[in-house]
Amino acid sequence: MSVQVKQGQVRATPSFLGKVTTTLAYGDRVETLEEKDGWIRIVPPGGKAPGWIHSSALTEKRVVLKAGKKEADVAASTGELALAGKGFNSEVEAAFKAKNKDIDFTWIDRMQDMNVPPGRILAFVQEGNLIPAQGGDR
Amino acid sequence: MTGIRWTAAAALLLLAILWGAGCATLEEATKIGASVAQSQGVVTGDQATSLTKVAKAVSKTFEEITPEQEYYIGRSVGAVLVNKYKPNPNGPANDYLNLLGQTLAQASDRPETFGGYHFLVLESPEINAFAAPGGLIFVSRGMLRCCKSEDAVAAVLAHEIAHVQLRHGLQAIDKSRMTEALTTLGAEGAKSLGGQKLADLTKVFEGSINDVTATLVNNGYSRSFEREADASAVTILTRVGYDPAALVAMLTEMEKNLKPGGLDFAKTHPSPRSRIDDIERLHAVGKAPAEIPARQARFRKALGNI
Repeated sequence: MSVQVKQGQVRATPSFLGKVTTTLAYGDRVETLEEKDGWIRIVPPGGKAPGWIHSSALTEKRVVLKAGKKEADVAASTGELALAGKGFNSEVEAAFKAKNKDIDFTWIDRMQDMNVPPGRILAFVQEGNLIPAQGGDR
Repeated sequence: MTGIRWTAAAALLLLAILWGAGCATLEEATKIGASVAQSQGVVTGDQATSLTKVAKAVSKTFEEITPEQEYYIGRSVGAVLVNKYKPNPNGPANDYLNLLGQTLAQASDRPETFGGYHFLVLESPEINAFAAPGGLIFVSRGMLRCCKSEDAVAAVLAHEIAHVQLRHGLQAIDKSRMTEALTTLGAEGAKSLGGQKLADLTKVFEGSINDVTATLVNNGYSRSFEREADASAVTILTRVGYDPAALVAMLTEMEKNLKPGGLDFAKTHPSPRSRIDDIERLHAVGKAPAEIPARQARFRKALGNI
């Protein structure tokens, strides 16, 4: 399977509280070992130790980062490939911004940086007498 | 007739055949359409093959929008919303919303999106909440004022996360636009597009952004989409340990505050009463949520003055 998110986190246990052991990049190919409640145990590329990643971060399709005409033909006719950067991409966003100068993206960029470290989520869960999230099953 | 006209005639014929066909048989109908067109000398063999290809891609429509493309759609939809309703820069409130929201998102069936889930308070006093595709979620001050507990805020956020999980925003995009995008792109490779193709694709992109924002701001989703989002919200809340009865409590509070004929949630959502009826049919929700002191204290601290 391939990583279909900007950054895929591989964990020691099938839970968002599991320690992050490796970070994967968009398009990385992984070998799958087993599946458990929406989590998949995978072997990361480059001979790193296996770990767990939530299934929503992966796709059955092969993500092609720099597709040529040949891959594009295969993608269109079989649907087995996903072409990274094809269609709506940063280039299209830039063209959209140039046409709509009144629309400000500052807060969107700020939002994208609003990340909560796992440690804070755990503390929040414990303080509020909540249940640590395992991630649902697709 | 020119080659372009022949293609247009073939496309019309194709459309006529597709008109009566359901989604499941779209691909099949296209094959027939393309071969009928070919046998009548309307298109060449090559053109027929490429029409079949395009329709094959189109028949999958929004499901074929990759998480990466969904991310770009969501960013622009979010920018339009922030432009209209203005951001509320309150640090502690936004921090609390992200802490709570990301905790909930991890318990959804789709915890991972291309760029992740992020939350922002909007300045607007109207009662509103929006989910842009890919996980950018916005809640107005007016909506937060309807929430009397952390569990109630969790209910609002869980409902919006559910819209992202179920890809409701993407389904608001006119299907013909995706056809147009695919036709524009054809079987091209990725990366740098030429001037005219980029301009064409940007037009399709703009149209898609308009479709989604018009649905979020003016038209609203169908009652069945709202019912699905409420049902998924109940699941998320239960998984994290929040009382799903808070969703009903929040809707009851909203019912008191919504002005009939208002331009906010009253316009884009089924009445709170009908949503409560739908939620109660799930038999997953008990009566009146209990107040948990630690949650109430941090809720008041972060959102008490919103």
